[in-house]
Parts: sequence; C-alpha cells; structure tokens
Amino acid sequence: MSEYIIKNGHVFDPTQGIKGDKADIAIKDGKIIKDSEVSSKAKVIDAKGKTVMAGAIEIHAHIAGPKVNLGRIYRPEDKLFTYQSTTANTRMAGGFSIPTTFKTGYEYAKMGYTTAMEAAMPPLFSRHVHEEMRDTPIIDEGAYPVFGNNWFVMEYLKNKEIENTAAYCAWLLRATKGFAIKLVNPGGTEAWGWGLNCLSVDDPVPYFDITPAEIIKGLIEANEYLGLPHSIHIHPNNLGNPGNYTTTLDTLKLSAGYKAKNKFGREQVMHLTHTQFHSYGGDTWANFESKAKEIMDFVNKAKNVTIDTGNVTLDETTTMTADGPFEHHLTELNHLKWANVDVELETAAGIVPYIYSPSISVCGIQWAIGLELALMAKDPMRCFITTDHPNAGPFTRYPRVIKWLMSNKARQDQIKAFKNSDKVVSATNIAGMDRELSLYDIAQMTRAGPAKSLGIPSMFGGLKPGMDADVVVYDFNPDKPSAPDQIEAAFSRAAHVFKSGIEVVTNGEVVNNGHKRTLWVNAKTKENPQVMRDVQEKFIKYYSVTQANYEALGHHIVPNPYAIEVDATQ
Amino acid sequence: MTKTMTDVVCPFCGTLCDDLEVVVSDDGKQLKEVYNACVIGTEKFLHSQTKDRITRPRLKQPDGSWKEVSYDEAVEYTAQMLANAKKPLMYGWSSTNCEAQSVGHEIAEMAGACVDNTAAVCHGPTVIALQDIGLPSCTLGEIKNRADRILFWGCNPAHAHPRHMSRYSIYPRGFFTGKGQKSRKMIVVDPRVTDTAKLADVHLQVEQGRDYELLNAFRVALNNEWLPDVVAGIPAAKIREAADLCKNGRFGIIFFGMGVTQTLSKNHNIDEAIALTKHLNEFTKFSIMPMRGHYNVTGSGEVLGWQFGFPYSVDLTRGFARYNPGDTSSIDLLARGEVDAMFTIASDPGAHFPISCVKHIAKIPSVCIDPHQTPTSGVSKLHVPVAFVGVEVGGNAYRMDNVPIDMRKVVDPPAGMLTDEEFLTKVRDRLKQLKGKA
Repeated sequence: MSEYIIKNGHVFDPTQGIKGDKADIAIKDGKIIKDSEVSSKAKVIDAKGKTVMAGAIEIHAHIAGPKVNLGRIYRPEDKLFTYQSTTANTRMAGGFSIPTTFKTGYEYAKMGYTTAMEAAMPPLFSRHVHEEMRDTPIIDEGAYPVFGNNWFVMEYLKNKEIENTAAYCAWLLRATKGFAIKLVNPGGTEAWGWGLNCLSVDDPVPYFDITPAEIIKGLIEANEYLGLPHSIHIHPNNLGNPGNYTTTLDTLKLSAGYKAKNKFGREQVMHLTHTQFHSYGGDTWANFESKAKEIMDFVNKAKNVTIDTGNVTLDETTTMTADGPFEHHLTELNHLKWANVDVELETAAGIVPYIYSPSISVCGIQWAIGLELALMAKDPMRCFITTDHPNAGPFTRYPRVIKWLMSNKARQDQIKAFKNSDKVVSATNIAGMDRELSLYDIAQMTRAGPAKSLGIPSMFGGLKPGMDADVVVYDFNPDKPSAPDQIEAAFSRAAHVFKSGIEVVTNGEVVNNGHKRTLWVNAKTKENPQVMRDVQEKFIKYYSVTQANYEALGHHIVPNPYAIEVDATQ
Repeated sequence: MTKTMTDVVCPFCGTLCDDLEVVVSDDGKQLKEVYNACVIGTEKFLHSQTKDRITRPRLKQPDGSWKEVSYDEAVEYTAQMLANAKKPLMYGWSSTNCEAQSVGHEIAEMAGACVDNTAAVCHGPTVIALQDIGLPSCTLGEIKNRADRILFWGCNPAHAHPRHMSRYSIYPRGFFTGKGQKSRKMIVVDPRVTDTAKLADVHLQVEQGRDYELLNAFRVALNNEWLPDVVAGIPAAKIREAADLCKNGRFGIIFFGMGVTQTLSKNHNIDEAIALTKHLNEFTKFSIMPMRGHYNVTGSGEVLGWQFGFPYSVDLTRGFARYNPGDTSSIDLLARGEVDAMFTIASDPGAHFPISCVKHIAKIPSVCIDPHQTPTSGVSKLHVPVAFVGVEVGGNAYRMDNVPIDMRKVVDPPAGMLTDEEFLTKVRDRLKQLKGKA
C-alpha cells in the first residue's frame, strides 16, 4: 500500500489537542504513523495554507434501506436536474434529498466524510439495508436496528427482565449485522399498528401495558449490561409538535443515575438524536417558539448524554422515519403524498415530502433552533452536527450548516432573507447570539465527538498514530480572513480525502472507490435458552418468514464486514 | 439415501413462501420431492429435472434451425450486440436474483440501454399511482397478526397466489387474530365469480371497467354522503354496508391485482384505491398492497431504485437515467420500432406483449436468457439457457411486501451450465473490453 505524507497543513485534531498548528501527517498501510517513520518513497501532499482534519463521521442519517428506497422510488421528481453521467471512476448518480447509493458514497467522500451510520434499520429488512450499503462506495457504514417497539423487548421489559432483553439485543445485532440499539418513538410506533400513538413517556402502549419510560430505561440497562460501543440512540416520543420540549426533557431525565459501562471510552448512556425536532415551545403553530435553551441547559449539565442537532437547511426534502404516526400527522398537515410501512413485531416507517420554505415562519424558527442547539453547546464533544438526512435537509448541506455555525454574518444574512424575519427573531434567541464556532469546535462536533459517542475513538475521528488513515485536506486557510461562502465552498469539495490510507478524492473529484467496510457489533453473551426458545416460538407463530431465512446473511450481502467484538459473558 | 432441505424459498410468485421442504438425492444432483409448496411452485422445482432440458446456448441459423454454441460464443454474440446497438432494450429481470440484476445494470450503463422489468405490463400503473399519492402499506406478517378486514380487489389469489390466503391473509391465527378466519371479514371485488370470490363474506360483482366509480363510491359512503341507487352495477345499500364493514374493523387491507391495474383507467384506479385507504385511516387502521406476480419483480424495482432512482422503464441511453413511462417503457419502445437490439432475461415478453412488438423483436438482433423454452426464446436469435434461480443457485429476492429473502440452492445445475449472474458477468467483462474500459 502506498505511503503519504501531508506536509505543513494547519492540523485540527481534538484527540491530541492540536488546534491549527502546522504539522505533518504520515500514512502507511492504511494507518496513520509517526511522521518520523515514513520512508522516502512516500508521496508528498503539500497542505501549506490548508486545513487538515480526520475524516468526518455521520452519526445519524437515513441513507440505506427500505424506506429510503421507497422514497427514491416514489419521488421521481427528486432526480430532476441532479443527474451526473458515468465517469472513469464513478457510476452515473442522481437524486437530491434521496440520492442513489452511488451518489451517497461519492457526495459524502467529496465533503470529507469517511464513515456514516444508517440511523434506522428494520430488522426484518436488514438484508435490504446491507445490499444498499454494499452499493454505497468508499465510506465505511454501519446501521442501527430499531428496538423501541419490538415485541420481545416490550414483553421482557414489562417483567423487568434485563438480562433476557440484553441477550435478545445481542442476538438481533448478530442476526442483522447491526451496530447499536436504536429507539424510535418508543411504544408509539407499536401503537400506530392500531392507528394510535404515545405522546408522552408515560402513555401506556396498547395491549403491551408498558410505558415508553420503562422501555427507555430498560434498554439503557440492557445496553450497559452488554457494554456496547454506542449507547442507546433515541428518537423520543412526540416529535415535531409544538410544546414537545417537555417530553424531551422527561426523556433526557431518564438517563439520570446511569453510568456508562464499556471498554470503548464512551461516557454517555443516551444519545438523543435530531434534537431540533424535539425542542419546540408554544402550544399551536401560531405561538410556536424555540426551547433550545431549556434543552441545552439540561444537556450541558448531564455528562452522560450526547446529542445531535438535526439542522433545518431550508430545502425541499423528503421526511422519513420509523415514527409512523408522525408521518401520518405530517401528511394531514401538508397534504403531500404519504407512504407507510408497518413491520411485523418490530417497527413501522412513514415517508412524506416536505418543503422547508424561508417564507414560512415555522420553518425559519426550526432553522434557528437547530443552530441554537450547537451554539449553546458548552461541550462540543457531546453535541454533533447532523441534518437527520434527509428529514431536516440533505447531508450535502453540511458545508452550509458549518458556514452558519462559524459565521454570525452568514446567520444574520439568512435571518434578513426570511419573509417573516421579525417572527423568527421574536420566537428564538438566534439574532442575539454572536458565538462563532472555531474549526476546532467543528472537528469536535463532526469527528472526535461522534467517534467517542459511537465507541470507535481508537479507529476514527482523530489523527493519532495507529488510527485508521481517514484524513481530509480542505482548501481553507485558517490564518487568513475569509468570507462565509469560502467556508461552504471549502467544506463542499475537499482538496484531498484519504479513506483507510487510499486517496479517494482529489480536488473534489472521486479518484478511487476505496475498500468500503460494513461495521457491526458482535456481542457475545452467556447462552440463554429461554430467549432462544422465545425467538423460535415467535418465528413459528407470528413472523411471516422462518427463523432460518431471517438470520442468513452471507458474504454476498455483507462484503468486507468489520466486527467490533464485545464480550458480555462475564 | 436422500436428504431433506428445509426453509427452502419458492421462486414462483410474489408470495415468496419460504417454508418449503425439498427432498434431494444424496449426491445433491437430483430433486425428488417438494413439500408445502402449491402446485405451481412444486412444478417449478420438478420442471428443472426434466431430461429434455436445453443445457447449452443455441444460435438460430438462417434456415430457422438451431445450432448449439458454447457459452463463450454466446457471450461474444451478446456483448457485440450490445456494443453495436444504438438503443438496446434490456427487459425482464423479474425471475432472477438481485445479484444478477445488479450486474445487468452495470452492462446497461455501459451499453447505454433501456432497462425495464415486467412491471411495465403488470403493476407499472401502481408505481405511477404511488408516485402521485403515496402508499400506506405494511408487511404480510402485520396482516397475519392484526388484520380483521381483507379486501381482494381485481385479483384472484386462489389461483394466482395459491398460498397467500393460508399463509398471510385469511386463515392464519396471528397474535391479535387468534380465531383465524373467524376473526376476519373478507370482501372480494371482481366482475367474475372466481374461486376467491366464492370464499368471500361479501362479493361485490362490479361491472367490468367500473372500478374507479366503485372506489369513489366507497369514499362517498365513508362520509355518509348521497349516492345514486346503483354505482358500477352495485346497489348503494350494499356499498354502504361494505364501507361500514371496513370502517368498523380494527385493521384492514386492500390487496389488488391486474383487474384494476390493467383495465380501463389503469393508474387512476390505483390513485383512487390509495386515496380510499388514506381516507379509511381517518376512522381506523388501513393498508393497501399490490399482489406482485413474479417472485422478484419487486426486487428488480428495488435494485433499479437504489442504483438509478427509478423502479422500471429506466432509459440510460443519454448517459444519465431518465424515467418516463409511455416513452421509456418496453411496449412503447418496441411498438415505435425504436430499439435496435433486444435483450430478454428471466421473463417472457413473447407470450405477453402485443404481436406487433413481438414481430419487432423477431426483426432485430436479440438474446433470450431463460432456463425454459418460451415464445420469447423462439423469436430470439440467441437462446441462452441458465441455471434455475432459487433451485440451482441462491441469491436475494424481494417479496410482494418488499421483505428481502435470501433464496437457497437445493440441487446442482446440469454440468457446465452457467447461472444468470455468471453469464452476465462474462458479458460485462467482454463489453468492457469492447468499450475500451478494461
């Protein structure tokens, strides 16, 4: 494998506390090595006057699987004016808010993202998710199976059987080659099976007679029992409704008293995702307002919680979530086409297109809330940038979100551009916030922070010798004054991107398709005959596929698997 | 001695039953018996064992006779045909696995071809409708566990999807449906008294081609608005009764088939059926699902979807993907005589397309990749027999509810035979050479 040395760049690496100092980064055999160990054959990349960071990590995006693909299929209009022809190194690629798999890989890589997590994998559809990930080039990917409405989980937790819950979770992670325990509207999506919902953490789930709070606490305990790399990853109840911040606070409070137990360096027990959608005040759309401060006051104090933002990018996009009842609610609001898939024993999903229009004050307020969350974060190692792709906007807008976070001027320009800017200003705090995030903050929020939260800080998110050689060079000089648009331009098309030591992007163009891997978590538990018998029984009686056809996952479906081993037998 | 293989997946219809048991000889070369499958599925397995099976490619001679050729010669013919064509059509894909589809799409991208699957003559109107209005749906296990109202509209599962009712929709005892058939009400809408209709609690014998009116009348009845005395041949009172039955259920589902997609009004019927489903969700929980025919037509739509963004009738001739059914769909392309090479795989347009289209296939260079002899292989210049997917080779397939199931290999194919994927991979590699890309 080739050797590289990236010379004289301004390095931003939170794992070593390097804040823009000039340093050389050396790469050999897919890993970062000390720059003294590199041989004279190494190819020199001149990064003088440029920014050097580790490859960025996407902690939450909907980029592969049944609902993403249904979105692609049912929105031909999303492809309009987006198609790129075949090139020497790329397949033809198109789509805006729900790009084809090839485009997904290329676009992440061009922005310097080298690892991405699919945020909601319905276990019954795991093969579909993996088939799409196989066709997403360059980037390493993992997927979170959903557990929050799973019948096994609800039945075990109703009886407070943490050990059985944990054994089942480990089995399902193995069967689906999943990465973490995801919860979406816990209990509410099962209620959606009957057209109902759970809007607070104390709403009982129909028939199962358990509350969302009990599901959340139980899965925290199971997660820590297993000692998984990532914590539970939760999309709480009551998404998207005015006044929902109280439900969010109730959810966050459930983390109290729990401490992370794992050998991966993770400190949180709960990751609250797309927090923007959960930080709403008011009780109607007329008096809708930001409660970002109330949420961040809690998050800043709670060291055992991490969040991501879910920034609204003011685009036409496609919302999709395992929160089935929410999507039905949304289609009743905007009257755009509604797709829904309920999945036996496990979950559901819904899809509705949405236009975040700068002419609508609610959309402007949502935009402000997402930015406020990041600007109010005291610890950038616990607050990560996402757009909940494609829900609040496509991931290809990360450079624009970074611009807004790094430049008050860019924010003020946008506020002025809103049709109802006075309404947006009065319902939020954004106009008075002059904090501008630094490149070091950005490196924490997009690299080191997500890596730590995901429990993979030894591989990703930094530039320490021994880590995977995922390195990005941006054509951006932190020493010189710059216009906000230069930030966006530089982060949109990286000058150089290395994935596991292979140069995959040069001057914003894909030059190599790399050696993509699928990350999954293999948690070994003590043999648990009861759980295995329960699994068997459910397949015989209630599933529509046999157990043997649920688990089978051959090499043709998951090429280059990379298992993170967890031993929970002790 | 024989051995029994369990959890075998049936490569026939979109029901994709995965509980078959197949008895094979000890050396794994002969398939002896098939259990649990319907009569069609059983035949599909046993058919692979016929002694007069064609096992080598055949090239049609000027005098109309066939000459056996090697796979390498077949690869050369196919690759040359695709390399030289200005606008080849690559049609079919519905009875092969996703792996083969994927390689086929690489070929299509290189050759600048139109790619289309059997949805073009089947559930294409369903796709157009869901692009208009969405699709509230669910997996088949949800039906089994929850559904107490089942509508079959313009479909006849008793014959077309023989195990559908016993596995998923009418008879199974699920979690919330412990009484099985007794916990469900079954409504059939069909102009004919089919074997499915005979089982129904309510059979609405709709006037042929009047489904749109009846669907619309259902929605009027849901709102308790005025209806004419008779709509689509059904008395208003009966429509109100059926609508109330749907409304009063806990969880309902509309299954629909060719009777609504390929009759007068086409996609507009489905638009209205989906609107009715959405409407019913204001009162209770309701879903809708197309009864997909070929066992992996759904998979073809999925793979096309994630690779190109469109599920059928995809035109790659301009170097980027376009989708415009009516313009880029197979029958229209053939009827207008626009394509100059025909590549058919895993389907039989010769038996199902209008005769004018089939005549055009006979006029142009053409390849048919299919384990069987079919009307399509008959009119094609080259017939490439391949291993039976789901019998002699595994691979992924998608059930009618989009659930992916990995199929199993149960016996070896006859010696020296290639699979779809193997043959296509050779064509791809040769085409790369011809295009100067390798």
